[in-house]
Amino acid sequence: MGAGAQRLDQGRISFDRHSNSTLVVHLSGPWHLQRDLPPISLLLSELGSRPETRRLAYETAELTHWDSGLISFLTNAAEICRARGIAEDRGGLPAGLRRLLELAEAVPEKKGARSEAARVPFFTRVGNATLGYGLSVNEFLSFLGEVTLAFGKFLRGKARYRKIDLMEVIQECGPDAVGIVALISFLVGVILAFMGAVQLSQFGASIYVADLVGIGMVRDMAAMMTAIIMSGRTGAAFAAKLGTMKVTQEIDALTTMGVSPLEFLVLPRILALILMMPLLCICADLVGILGGLFVGVAMLGLSPGSYMRETISTLTLINLFGGIIKGTFYGVLIAIAGCLRGFQCGNSSSAVGDAATQAVVMAIVMIVVACGLFAVVFNFLGI
Amino acid sequence: MITGNSENRPSAQPHIVVRNLTMAYGSFVLMRDLNFVVKRGDIFIIMGGSGCGKSTLLRHLIGLKEPATGDITYGDVNFTRASPEQRELMLRRFGILYQSGALWSSMTLAENIGLPLGEFTDLTASQIREIAALKLALVGLKGFEDFYPNQISGGMQKRAGLARAMALDPDILFFDEPSAGLDPISSRLLDDLILELRANLGATIVVVTHELASIFTIANNSVFLDAESRVQIATGDPHDMLAHSKDPRVRKFLTRGQEGGEAADNHE
Repeated sequence: MGAGAQRLDQGRISFDRHSNSTLVVHLSGPWHLQRDLPPISLLLSELGSRPETRRLAYETAELTHWDSGLISFLTNAAEICRARGIAEDRGGLPAGLRRLLELAEAVPEKKGARSEAARVPFFTRVGNATLGYGLSVNEFLSFLGEVTLAFGKFLRGKARYRKIDLMEVIQECGPDAVGIVALISFLVGVILAFMGAVQLSQFGASIYVADLVGIGMVRDMAAMMTAIIMSGRTGAAFAAKLGTMKVTQEIDALTTMGVSPLEFLVLPRILALILMMPLLCICADLVGILGGLFVGVAMLGLSPGSYMRETISTLTLINLFGGIIKGTFYGVLIAIAGCLRGFQCGNSSSAVGDAATQAVVMAIVMIVVACGLFAVVFNFLGI
Repeated sequence: MITGNSENRPSAQPHIVVRNLTMAYGSFVLMRDLNFVVKRGDIFIIMGGSGCGKSTLLRHLIGLKEPATGDITYGDVNFTRASPEQRELMLRRFGILYQSGALWSSMTLAENIGLPLGEFTDLTASQIREIAALKLALVGLKGFEDFYPNQISGGMQKRAGLARAMALDPDILFFDEPSAGLDPISSRLLDDLILELRANLGATIVVVTHELASIFTIANNSVFLDAESRVQIATGDPHDMLAHSKDPRVRKFLTRGQEGGEAADNHE
């Protein structure tokens, strides 16, 4: 007899030897998962103490309650018996428990169903990752190609999409976004003005804050900030919407209806951003300059008139159009990232979340890279 | 063995012919060497246990997945090798009811049904609306034209999906697990509807299901896929299969496991 030190309201285990080769396991008390159950190691050490055990039997006269805790203990015990070639006699177990154990063992374990715990070699992982990367570049390019074809069809007036869908997307990514774009642009204008004011006022050149804010906003910051807001707001929404449509087979339904999802879903989204991004950029320009004006007037004591005159005299149409072209291009990138990730979405609700996240990350990376390229190209062109 | 009761099929020429079809995801072969013929006017069941590739076979039949090898032929046109334009024309002759209904959630029921009509016919908006109302009435959803899919129950969504599948009066209707998620009575009503569609429209109907009650109510032809051996192990009328099949796996499935266990091993 052993392990008598446990409390009375817990499952207890003790051992008894009928003959040299037969071990009787006494299970008693309530065996509940929530209580601390005796570990399987007790059985192991008992078996280890007399290695010649050939038969294992159970005795459960004092067992009051049991649940999965006991079943789990017994399946472990059965595994040990199988591994050591010990005959197991379940005659002493309650009938219900016996049946559950038989049920659990009825279907043999499917080979390969348990995920392999074996470590994949480093080079295999690098290789797989590289191949996966190549594949995703491939997918991106073919998506780009399909979008281009769909646009060709649109320009020839042959694309199939619903005007009302286009209007809805325009509403979502145009008017609905004005508030947040204006707020962020105002703050960016204020920040630019602050940064400039600290330095410029040392030389008594505070009026040039207007130039700094004006050119900074109109050439780059307005497009950039709008694009980043839109990728979080609209790009993620595109990916989530298309991803959900994929999960619910709505995209399949379109395809098998002979309606191209590219034309029906992607085209209106890209069009909406192409149409709305320039307007949002202009809005961001104006509000950003207003932010600068606010700092100029409130902090630097400039008159609103001279601030605006300075801004107007320094800005050129090329600045303005450069910014708008950038913004529009970023818009296309956002729409493509959102739609691509939506189409690539897997078949579960968590995949939709992943798709939205990846769409935002992809859009922002592409925007920053594009911004760099624009800087190089504009510099080369002398703009 | 291809059998079937031919009394309710006036013109029993082959409609869908699947030859040596192998389905695979990458290098993982799901099912190989599928061969079966669906005759015009058949109600054809694709059956088998869970995960054996029933739905994947349906996706192959409607062109959402390409076969690894083999051909699918409709009438005398090879669907697998058809050009994209040809395929689009063929797709218009299909009506598909997806497992979840797959109604376009941003459109009302009338717009859902009207979309294919608007795209592929020259009907005016008011004619389209009339037809949409008619199709909804056919599936027992009269008056629900302006509801959005999320405003109606799952069973109603399924029926609305069926109304959309029937929008273009298709030659072939595909059903992916029509009774999944339906209560027994709705499921029975859907079966009756399927039988009526066949009787009245003369359409060929392909159904993916493992619902035995449904199978024995509607089917007159079938293919049985086995997940373990990854081949088809029986084709023909499920009633004949139940009466004559010697295969323990088929017997086990068709009798809900009452036969075909250890006892049925003696048959072989």
